[in-house]
Amino acid sequence: MIKQVLKSIVLSLLVLGGATQAASGGLAWDKFPVEKLTDDASLQHGAKLFVNYCLNCHAASYLRYNRLAEIGLTDAQIKANLLFGSDKVGQTMTVALDAKQAKAWFGATPPDLSVITRSRSAAGQGSGADYVYTYLRNFYRDDSKPTGWNNLAFPSVGMPHVLWELQGERRPIFVTKSEHGHDVQVFTGWEVTKPGTLDPRAYDSAVADLVAFLQWAGEPVQKTRVQLGAWVMLFLSIFTVIAWRLNAAYWKNIK
Amino acid sequence: MADFKQAPAGASNADKLTLWTQNRFPTAFDAYRVHMSEYYAPKAQNIWYVFGALAILVLVMQIVTGIFLVMHYKPDASLAFASVEYIMRDVPWGWLVRYMHSTGASAFFIIVYLHMFRGLLYGSYRKPRELVWIFGVAIFLCLMGEAFMGYLLPWGQMSYWGAQVIINLFAAIPFVGPDLALLIRGDYVVGDATLNRFFAFHVIAIPLVLLGLVAAHIFALHDVGSNNPDGIEIKDHRDPKTGIPLDGIPFHPYYTVHDILAVSVFLIIFSAIIFFAPEMGGYFLEYNNFIPADPLKTPAHIAPVWYFTPYYSMLRATTDPMVNVFCAIVGLAALLAVWKGKLPGLAKVGVVIAAVVAIALLKTFDAKFWGVVVMGAAVMILFALPWLDRSPVKSIRYRPGWHKAVYGVFVVVFFILGWLGIETVSDGKTLMSQIGTVYYFGFFLLMPWWSQLGEFKPVPERVVFQAH
Repeated sequence: MIKQVLKSIVLSLLVLGGATQAASGGLAWDKFPVEKLTDDASLQHGAKLFVNYCLNCHAASYLRYNRLAEIGLTDAQIKANLLFGSDKVGQTMTVALDAKQAKAWFGATPPDLSVITRSRSAAGQGSGADYVYTYLRNFYRDDSKPTGWNNLAFPSVGMPHVLWELQGERRPIFVTKSEHGHDVQVFTGWEVTKPGTLDPRAYDSAVADLVAFLQWAGEPVQKTRVQLGAWVMLFLSIFTVIAWRLNAAYWKNIK
Repeated sequence: MADFKQAPAGASNADKLTLWTQNRFPTAFDAYRVHMSEYYAPKAQNIWYVFGALAILVLVMQIVTGIFLVMHYKPDASLAFASVEYIMRDVPWGWLVRYMHSTGASAFFIIVYLHMFRGLLYGSYRKPRELVWIFGVAIFLCLMGEAFMGYLLPWGQMSYWGAQVIINLFAAIPFVGPDLALLIRGDYVVGDATLNRFFAFHVIAIPLVLLGLVAAHIFALHDVGSNNPDGIEIKDHRDPKTGIPLDGIPFHPYYTVHDILAVSVFLIIFSAIIFFAPEMGGYFLEYNNFIPADPLKTPAHIAPVWYFTPYYSMLRATTDPMVNVFCAIVGLAALLAVWKGKLPGLAKVGVVIAAVVAIALLKTFDAKFWGVVVMGAAVMILFALPWLDRSPVKSIRYRPGWHKAVYGVFVVVFFILGWLGIETVSDGKTLMSQIGTVYYFGFFLLMPWWSQLGEFKPVPERVVFQAH
C-alpha cells in the first residue's frame, strides 16, 4: 500500500515535471489522473483502446507488442486480442496507412504516438499527458470542418473524433461577453446532441486509461527507472557517510 | 636514464614485480609522484575546489557512455531518431547510458561554470597561472562545440532547428559568411551531410582536442601549483630542510579523500535527475526534441539548451538601436582617452582614427553580424582576463566590499541573461538583455580601472586554515 502511494507520488512528480511557470493563453489543460499509471488494469484497458481506435492511422513504431508483458499481458493474450496489424509479438506497432495519402485525406500525416506524451509537455501548461487527456475530451461537432469535427484544445485539428461512439456528439455553448471594450466568445459549457455509449465520467476514465497507456509507451522503463533510483539513492547515501568519515579520518591530524 | 636497481635479497614477489616495472617504465612512477603523492596543494582549499575533479569525472563518464551510445546509434538522417528510441527501449540498460550522457552534458556545464567562477573569485588566473586559465577557456570553447554538435545527433525538432539557427549565424559574417555556412552544413540546408560531419566532430575530433587541452590544463597547473582562497603563494614559505611548502599537503591522499566525498554528493544529485527527472522539466531534454526533425515545419519557439542561453541573449540584444549604443560607447571612450588619458599626441590621433573606423564599421555591417561578434566576444574576452584584472590582491576575500557587490551583480546578470535566452522576445525583455549585455562587457572591459579602486584589506603571509 505505502509502496503504491510512494510510486504514485514519484510518478506524478515525473509527469508534472513540466508545470513550472504560469499558464499562457489557450484552453487550460485538465490534470491527467496520474494514479492510473500504477494500475495495470487501466494500462491494459488503455492498450485495448489504443489498438482498436488509434492504431489504424497512428503508429507506435518504437514499441514492440511483447513489451506489453510489462503491463501484465502474456504473449498469448497479446496475439489473441491485440495483434491486428502484424503476426509476430516481437514486431513494433506499425500501421499500413500511406503517409502521402494520409496527408491528402487529413491535411497532416498522423504523428507516430510512441513518444507523444513526452513531446507535448509545455512549461506552465502541464505535462504531455495532461495535454492528450484534455485534447481527447474536447472534440465537438462542427459541420464547417471537412471531417465534421473540431477541437477546443487544438482548433481546426485534422483528426476526426475517433472516440465519438463512446463520448457521443456535443456542441460547445459560447456566450458573447464584453471584455475591455471587445466582444469575445466565452465557452460556457457543452450541449449534448447525441449521447454516447459511455456516460461522461466513464468516458473521462476511459480516456485516462488510454493516456496512461501512452504515457507508459513513451518510456516503458519509467517504473523500473524510479524503483531502481530509490536503491541508487540508498546506496549513495550510505556511501556518502563512509566517504565523509574517511575524509574526516584523514584530515583530523592536519593542523 | 636511471640505472637498473637490484631487488634486495629476500624481497617479496610484489616488491620484485614493482621494481621490475619501475626499471622498465620509470615515467609512470615519476608521474604518480609529481601529480599525486608529492603534489603539494594548499591545505586551505574549500568546497569551491572540488569542481575540477568533478569535471574530470563527468568527462570520463561522457566518454564511456558515448562509446556505448555509438555502438547503437545510427548517424543517418532517416535512422537517427529511431536509433535513439531503440537505445531507450531495446538496448539493455541503453536508457541509463543515454540519460547519463544527456544529463552529463548539462552537468558538465554546471560544473565548468562553477569551476570558472571559483577562478574568478580567488584570482586563479593571475600570474603565474595565466596559461592554466587560457587552457581552461579553450576547454570551455571545445565543450561548447562538443555540446552544440552532439545536440544535433538525436535528430529531433530542436536538434534540427537549433543547428539551423546557429549555423545561419555564420552566414551573417561579411563576404565569406554564406560560403562558410555551406562548408559547415555540407549542404544548402541542415541534412544528412551535416549530421554525419557533426557526428565525426562530436565523437572523434573535438574529444581528442579536449583530452589534449585537459592534459595541458592539469600539467600547467601542477607546474605552477594550485591557488587557494587567500590567493597567496604557498611556495613562498617552504620547509628549509625538505623544500616542501609549509602550507602544502600531498594531493594523495588528502585531496583524493576530499574528492571522493564530493563525487558521492555529486552522484546523489546527478542520479536523482537521471532516475526521477531525466528531462529536468524540459531543460536537459527539450520536449520538442521528442518530435523527429521536420525540415518543413519550423517550431513556433526555438530556444537553445540552457547552457548557451546567456550568450544567445547577448546575440538577440544586438539590435540596430543597440549598435548605435555601441557607437556612442566607442565615441565616449575615445573622447575620454583623448581628454583624460596620459598619451602622447600621436597616440591620441591614433585613438581618434581607430574610433572613427570602429564606428564606420559598426554602421556599415548588419546588426545581425555584430550580434554574432558580441556572442563570440563574450566568450573570447575570458582569454584576456589575466591581463584585465589589475587588483593588487588576487582573492575576493581581501578586496573592498563593493567589489563583492560588483561580482554579485555579475552573477545575477548572467542568470537573467540565461533566463531571457529561453524566453520569447518582447520589447521589455530585449531592453533587459541589452542592459545585461552592457553590464557583462563593462565588467570585463572596465576591470583594469575598477579592479584597482577601493580599500584593499591586508593579505596574510600564510593561508587561513581551520582544522576540521
